[in-house]
Amino acid sequence: MSSPWSRTVSRRTLCLIAAGGLALSLAACGDGDNAAQTGGKVKITVTGQPPTSQPFERSVFDADVKEFEASHPNIQIEPHEGFMDPKTFSAKLAGGQLEDVYYVYFTDPAQIIARHQAADITEAAKSVPHVNDIKPELLDNFRDANGKLYGLPTMNYTMGLLYSRPLFQKAGLDPDKPPATWDEVRADAKKIAALGNGVVGYADYSKNNQGGWHMTGWMYSMGGDIARKDGDKWAADFDNEKGKQALQYLHDMRWTDNSMGAKQLLEATDVQRMMGAGQLGMYMAAPDNVPVLVKQFNGKYEDYGIAGMPGGQGTLLGGEGYMINPKASPDKVKAGLEWIQWKYLNPDRFEKHIQQYVDGKQPVGLPAEPTPDVWQGAVRDQQLALKAKYANVPAKNYQSYVDTTSKIKGSIEPPNAQQIYAALDSVMQAVLTDQNANIDQQLSSASSKVNSVLAQVK
Amino acid sequence: MSSPRSSSLLAWPATSSSRARRPVASPGERRKTKFRRKLKENLTAYGLLCAALVVFALFSWYPIVRGVLLSFQQVDFVNAPTWVGFDNFERLFADPLFGVAWRNTLLFTGLALVFGFAVPFLTAVLLNEIRHAKAFFRLAVYLPVMLPPVVTALMWKWFYDPGPGLFNSALGAVGLPGGQWLDSSSTAMLSLVFVSTWANMGSTTLIYLAALGTIPGELYEAAELDGAGLWKRLRHVTFPQTRFVLLVLLLLQIVATMQVFTEPYVMTGGGPDDSTVTVLLLLYRYAFVYNDFGSASAMSLLLFVALGVFSAWYVRLTRKADQT
Repeated sequence: MSSPWSRTVSRRTLCLIAAGGLALSLAACGDGDNAAQTGGKVKITVTGQPPTSQPFERSVFDADVKEFEASHPNIQIEPHEGFMDPKTFSAKLAGGQLEDVYYVYFTDPAQIIARHQAADITEAAKSVPHVNDIKPELLDNFRDANGKLYGLPTMNYTMGLLYSRPLFQKAGLDPDKPPATWDEVRADAKKIAALGNGVVGYADYSKNNQGGWHMTGWMYSMGGDIARKDGDKWAADFDNEKGKQALQYLHDMRWTDNSMGAKQLLEATDVQRMMGAGQLGMYMAAPDNVPVLVKQFNGKYEDYGIAGMPGGQGTLLGGEGYMINPKASPDKVKAGLEWIQWKYLNPDRFEKHIQQYVDGKQPVGLPAEPTPDVWQGAVRDQQLALKAKYANVPAKNYQSYVDTTSKIKGSIEPPNAQQIYAALDSVMQAVLTDQNANIDQQLSSASSKVNSVLAQVK
Repeated sequence: MSSPRSSSLLAWPATSSSRARRPVASPGERRKTKFRRKLKENLTAYGLLCAALVVFALFSWYPIVRGVLLSFQQVDFVNAPTWVGFDNFERLFADPLFGVAWRNTLLFTGLALVFGFAVPFLTAVLLNEIRHAKAFFRLAVYLPVMLPPVVTALMWKWFYDPGPGLFNSALGAVGLPGGQWLDSSSTAMLSLVFVSTWANMGSTTLIYLAALGTIPGELYEAAELDGAGLWKRLRHVTFPQTRFVLLVLLLLQIVATMQVFTEPYVMTGGGPDDSTVTVLLLLYRYAFVYNDFGSASAMSLLLFVALGVFSAWYVRLTRKADQT
């Protein structure tokens, strides 16, 4: 059969296709790190640039990049949108596409360090200004068992109880006196749910590892733990009276009081939607949820309050930070640390940063952004004074939170947190979806799952 | 068609006269010449095939081979991978969720076959019987296939919502109690099967319809003359005539349903109480939540082996059909 094409054309086309295909393939396999130094400048890629859907945060970030480059003429910053995406992290690292300075949640450093996926910055960090003013427990989150440092914390939250002030008022409760114990939470949730019309008194997460995360919050609030270290090894520590007590509260609110609504398997976005729609009384959260609720649901800062973690015996500390690509050159590591310190850990820029928020009509005075609570000592006092000076949100709504968190013990997340949370999700789900759930059996089964996860902690 | 340039690289078919003027070649040389001529004639095809092979090799076969290697390695993507033998498999077998995930997957596959096999077949039979508005009904049945799977899952999530969801509202309107649907470990898996069946039945129905269309009308006419009712026509004409298609679709459905991921990932996250954790969902967790690509690859290798049995059966069946 003869070819429908002119023979000369077909051969040329063929060669072009083959060459093009090979070129594409080779380009796909190529290393993107080909311009480490341009014109004597160290060029670093960094994550954390807010998306264009957050115009204010984006403009602050971009302005900071310009200001940093102007004051550090030897460093060029290439910002990349986005934060931590576990789905692409390893693929980017394997393909040489991972940024030089990358964002992480507090749940991830332990695993990243164990897998050698971050640069050791122990020596380089010694010359970082104010590193000793950071709360040591937050720095510990970025250390390995030998005390080597692999990252710096840039934001920290402390879990508390977020509540709707209008629903408190409607239910005849005093919004200036939020519940301080879980018994009070239970009683208030019952009163709020009694308002009817689909209003839920208290909601909690139980899906996509967030159930396990909140169960950890429950355990800490009762003075308990999720994992404890016995010598060199870790063991699960929630199959006990405190674990039973926490789950019993949830079970009773869900099934005896009917104050948690019928819909379960919730995660953060579901609960925020309920709160934003004025259909939820309380949920366990950090203050950074308040701006989300106000911005996404056209709410008012006056409508939300935050209380300290009920129970008053402990709370969960979480947050975020930055780590550095293990393949980065020493120059890039140095430049990366300069960027992290200048942008995120810089007491000299507190006032300017707060001013940016004031000018942009953003909230100042919340126990969260614009200057996260990662500090101790004099730097912390300086930060609190500045926030109080420029506050434009009702500070009294968060007073109970501020008072409580300064007194109670804050504990960071357990090692291999995401795996543990996945195992604990099922416990939360069982209690919230099955009236006859056997709490003892659930705890014991989850404990064996968590022990198998903890056996891998190095 | 003839060419004066029989020795051209462009390989025009040689005319008998040009062949006659050539010196007589030895059998070996003749074979070589024939091979060269064939190669030249098919150069375009080989070239295109090579390009396709390069793409397949890079984006399909290499990842498969790499996946198999990863099953026996521990990787951090910074240092060279280390061989760990069967450690990844041992870790999987020690995970209490491993058995649960396989049980749930088999349960999903079983339920999906009961509904996903029978419902589209019956729908196809009904559609085949319809005389009016055929195109409308066919489109109506096929419509769900056009929705992206995530949209389907989110839509059904609202249908199942135990509060103001569609199903419970409808049940409430006629005085019936609502169900817990996704929020109960006893009904969650079945609820997911309904979603999957609804979303995928359009394609399967069309294939059945095509198969039904190939059955000669005389067979039905003969059966009707013999006094066969609907059931007898189905049993003695429809089933035997569509047996092969039914079997092939059964195998394809087993292979597809054992890879269920979107519905549990979007709708239940594996809950409640791990009742909808499937093999692929657990595999996803190992890879992208725990960042343990070795164990994730080991799991995919196990799934690959399990599905390979059905795939081999499928290949054998289709080959047999080609030969007959």
